[in-house]
Amino acid sequence: MGINHRMSRREFVGAGAAAVTALAFPLPAFAQAAARVVVIGGGFGGASCARALKQIEPKLQVTLVEPNRTFTACPFSNNVIAGLRSLEEQQFGYDKIAAGGVTVVAQAATAIDAKARTVGLADGTSLAYDRLVLSPGVDLRFEALPGYDEAAAAKMPHAWKAGEQTLLLRKQLEAMDDGGLVVIAVPANPFRCPPGPYERACLIAHYLKTKKPRSKLIILDAKDTFSKQRLFQNAWKELYPGMIEWVSLSQGGKVNSVDPATNTLITDFGNHTAQVANVIPPQRAGRIATIAGATDNTGWCAIDPVTFESKSAPNIHVIGDACIAGSMPKSAFSANSQAKACASAVATLIAGRTPEAPKLINTCYSLAAPGYGFSVAGVYQPKNGLFADVEGAGGVSPADVPRDFRAREADYANSWFATITAEVFG
Amino acid sequence: MASALINVPAKAKRGDIIEIKTLMSHIMETGYRHTATGEVVPRDIITSFACRYNGTEIFRADLFAAIAANPFITFFTTATASGKFEFEWIGDNGFSETASASITVE
Repeated sequence: MGINHRMSRREFVGAGAAAVTALAFPLPAFAQAAARVVVIGGGFGGASCARALKQIEPKLQVTLVEPNRTFTACPFSNNVIAGLRSLEEQQFGYDKIAAGGVTVVAQAATAIDAKARTVGLADGTSLAYDRLVLSPGVDLRFEALPGYDEAAAAKMPHAWKAGEQTLLLRKQLEAMDDGGLVVIAVPANPFRCPPGPYERACLIAHYLKTKKPRSKLIILDAKDTFSKQRLFQNAWKELYPGMIEWVSLSQGGKVNSVDPATNTLITDFGNHTAQVANVIPPQRAGRIATIAGATDNTGWCAIDPVTFESKSAPNIHVIGDACIAGSMPKSAFSANSQAKACASAVATLIAGRTPEAPKLINTCYSLAAPGYGFSVAGVYQPKNGLFADVEGAGGVSPADVPRDFRAREADYANSWFATITAEVFG
Repeated sequence: MASALINVPAKAKRGDIIEIKTLMSHIMETGYRHTATGEVVPRDIITSFACRYNGTEIFRADLFAAIAANPFITFFTTATASGKFEFEWIGDNGFSETASASITVE
């Protein structure tokens, strides 16, 4: 009773002090202190951005809207599929982000009123913002692949959003007989994680070679070239001879439809019936971006590369996989780089100044086997409304190097994952 | 691996309209590009494609430099009799490829 009384008296004094301050110093600085930024999406992009906003300008009211209490990271999830890692090692919470002063709201954003600057949430409440950051990741375009839908994904997993789907693909591989056929269907560009399907092929082949050596893996590809192609193809030859077959677009690799009843993938020139079918469908920006009016007819979000502000929805910024970033690939590293630059631009705009053009970095590591890694790195800057490669910067791992070089890159990959997840969630 | 891909239905009913798909792996170099040192990259394209159904030509196409690499040509015909479809691609530098497929018409 006495304690309650004391606390309420202290609250009363505190409120009075704030009121006095507001009356005594009605400066623009105070108005800035009240600026509200809402960030939608708690992945590598959104979580990084919310944190960076609070670090750059502690006075900002930053709200992170993310329905899931646990985030499951996609990078390294191919290791889970191959049985080399547990899903728990991919999972992170938002407690530390909340402890840093970000208000974390465990709700799905369902509506955006760009004029009134409000975000509607699934529970019927709404949040007002001065600037909104969207980091919604990708949605799967089920309608783009006849025969494939949510029900089909329970039989022919995409495993392109880490979590249950990752474990489902793992279980199917474990249940498959030695001598079975695994087929991976790869969409045309652009899609999340350009080297991902080929790393996945490697790590699945590693599992097959170890446990089910009579099995085969076919990649049906809607493209004729892919990220780190030479390194992957060399690794297939070196590590998994005769096990992986890549069927490119010009060899009839594009999957036009699927039949989940028979686990069949249908191309223009033939049918492939798989024991395990991993169907990675075409993608687009997460749905909330379309609700916000930030997507164009490609399904992705055109942005100003200096501020990340949407070209069609004012005061709304888009980062990560959902945005059209030119040469920058849709990766966790890109999303993290963009998030920090976007946070800086948003804080600068709120302060009434003009943001400077950022230079951004991305590195994508891929594992061809445990202890066998390689990478592609790039530096990007705004050019003609998109991100373009800075000439002479970055590059791809060399082709002909001893195995200890690949072992070191595999170590770097592990360090990268530990570092980025600590920065974003730790 | 054969550079030609073809897809002809193995079976059809007499009078059915059937779809035929073909894909030929080919660089289709336009002849309009230059190397870093300024030399013209010589033209190297497929110039003609034809399909015969039991010896009778049913489809022909002339191809030009504006057609993309790995020409994918698809067309429809009426299934009239069991027999053979023969395909032929001809191009620059003596390029010549053939393929064939059988159909049973009931």
